[in-house]
Amino acid sequence: MIGLKLSWRYFLHRRISILAVISVALCVFIVVVVMSVMNGLVNEFKEKNHRFVGDCVVRASSLTGFPYAADFITQLEQQSFVYAVSDTVQGVGLMTRPGTPWNIGIDYVGIDPVKHSRATHFAETLGYHADSPERAFQPSYAPQLDGCILGVDLILYRRPDTGQYDSPDRPWPTQRTISSFPLNPKGGLARAGLDMVSTKTFHYSDHSHSGLVKPDGRTIYLPLEQARILSGMDAPVVRSSAIHIRFAEGISVSDGVRQVQQLWQTYVQSCKNKPYADMLDGVRVLTWQQDRREFIGPMEKEQLMLTFLFLMLGIVTVFIIFVVFYMIIGHKTRDLGLIKSLGMPASRVAAIFLGFAAIVGLIGTAIGMTAGCLFLWKINAMENWLYDHYGWRVWDRAIYAIDQIPNAIEWPVLVCVAAAAVAACLLGASVPSIQAARQSPVRTLQVSQI
Amino acid sequence: MGQILQAKGIHKSYTMGKQTLTVLRGVEMSLSAGDFAVIVGASGSGKSTLLHILGALDKPDKGTIEFEGQRLDQMSNSRLNQFRNQNVGFVFQFYHLLDELNVLENVLLPAMIAAGPVGWLKSKKNVQNKAISLLERMGLKDRLPHKPYELSGGERQRAAIARALINEPKILLADEPTGNLDSKTGHGILEVLSELNQQGQTILMVTHDDRIARQAGRVIKLSDGKIVS
Repeated sequence: MIGLKLSWRYFLHRRISILAVISVALCVFIVVVVMSVMNGLVNEFKEKNHRFVGDCVVRASSLTGFPYAADFITQLEQQSFVYAVSDTVQGVGLMTRPGTPWNIGIDYVGIDPVKHSRATHFAETLGYHADSPERAFQPSYAPQLDGCILGVDLILYRRPDTGQYDSPDRPWPTQRTISSFPLNPKGGLARAGLDMVSTKTFHYSDHSHSGLVKPDGRTIYLPLEQARILSGMDAPVVRSSAIHIRFAEGISVSDGVRQVQQLWQTYVQSCKNKPYADMLDGVRVLTWQQDRREFIGPMEKEQLMLTFLFLMLGIVTVFIIFVVFYMIIGHKTRDLGLIKSLGMPASRVAAIFLGFAAIVGLIGTAIGMTAGCLFLWKINAMENWLYDHYGWRVWDRAIYAIDQIPNAIEWPVLVCVAAAAVAACLLGASVPSIQAARQSPVRTLQVSQI
Repeated sequence: MGQILQAKGIHKSYTMGKQTLTVLRGVEMSLSAGDFAVIVGASGSGKSTLLHILGALDKPDKGTIEFEGQRLDQMSNSRLNQFRNQNVGFVFQFYHLLDELNVLENVLLPAMIAAGPVGWLKSKKNVQNKAISLLERMGLKDRLPHKPYELSGGERQRAAIARALINEPKILLADEPTGNLDSKTGHGILEVLSELNQQGQTILMVTHDDRIARQAGRVIKLSDGKIVS
């Protein structure tokens, strides 16, 4: 009881404890804000990638693709753990606008929009056909023509101030010509000696806004069979680039992928005597994280580095608390001598200062958390204000592909930060507290008399 | 009255850098219940050191201290803490009141240390009444909520005496209790101590002032680390 009372009174009567509280509060504030925003960015980015590719991807490592996908897809569709499967063809090409010199290198993806929307969340990215993906390749202005779905940044203008796209009510008549080198199964040009380049013009029927920079900035979606012809995967054996799979409700990604891997191995064995069966050796069954590692990896690394930086910040906090308590206890040697002379055990003397540290930690954490949560709550409003008044954006929407700064507060993060802050205070105060507890009462009382 | 405290062959020295300073060289003394004894001696003669050793604040290099037949040197640290809390009341020259606590809380401090959190909740009311009564006896009835720095030197020392008495110790050890006070105020403190002694309180006081020593029932003179009379 007296320990708690003294801890509280020391806290109230020492101005330096305000400095300790402020340093803890600042550290907590910074960690809460940056971790929340960074976690939000990373989680949002991961989620977008997950929605973009589905739960599992069976992917060819080469642009030549792999054969016999159709039979494997039929097998997959019969499995209870599989919800939907989508066959895709992918290639690279040059996109031009007929009648203009404009051109750009692009990735094209051939899909069945209905199946792909079931296996991934593709339909949700569509501007005009979110509820009717079956008509996504039918230009509203001429449904009989071959349509294409353009990555949103290839067709719409994005406002730098709001991050929103200027999107008219319906797609306007415009065409894009795609040229691509069709490849044979061995990676050579499929039509050597003939017309080596496949070229086809498509009509803008919709756009896709996935929130991912590369798909939105340089990907065009085409009808599956058209893409197959463009890429040369239509002959001499029909080939695919990837199979996207979404698992049934309740099936974990790891379990589902393991089952797909087993099925795939069996399937490869059953195809070993077929022509071009060696192309199946380069096919890998991947989780969505593995498939998108090239994109997710750097962000995770950034997050890891940030966590490391915060660890350094934590060490600085511990040191600040250590210095503050060393100074406080240095001023309190007389009290310590007296308290010990009155019979208080060393452990309870240490507990007084550890209690003091806990109070500093708890109050600093509470202030830092409150300020951090308020800041996060208003972070987008503040950023907009900065843009309106000074034209300054903290996060370039074009780079981060975000509409708003993620500001969701994750309670597990808050709990971890709070626990770490209080622990840092206790750690910083522990050495001076133990030193204080070990002091001889006679020495401290005599010193203060001198 | 029987002996409550007995010191035999107490030696104590301190190491200061490369030099060893011998302070006590075989002190032998005893204290009976109800005594009002004063240790006198020149500055640096080891008076305070002896008082601290007798009060279990410090340990002798050699020699034994017996309190009511129990040897202090054989007690564990926790027993020594308990011994200091229950059997010894300390009064220091510089009062050593805690500025963070008010007068009443300062007086309650030893009782709160003794009781622990649960015990304190049970005994709080009784102990508070006792503390108020002690402060009334010390003439500090109106100073209960005041902080030590709001009191005069004499008032602070009287509060310190009240704190020393709260656990009803068997011995009151006072280290130059008037050393920091003017003579009039110091005289008042001595009167308080005399009154306490008349009521049966055993007191051992350190002073370097012979005039004060004359008012005590027994004078122990320390010179060159030994008791000379």
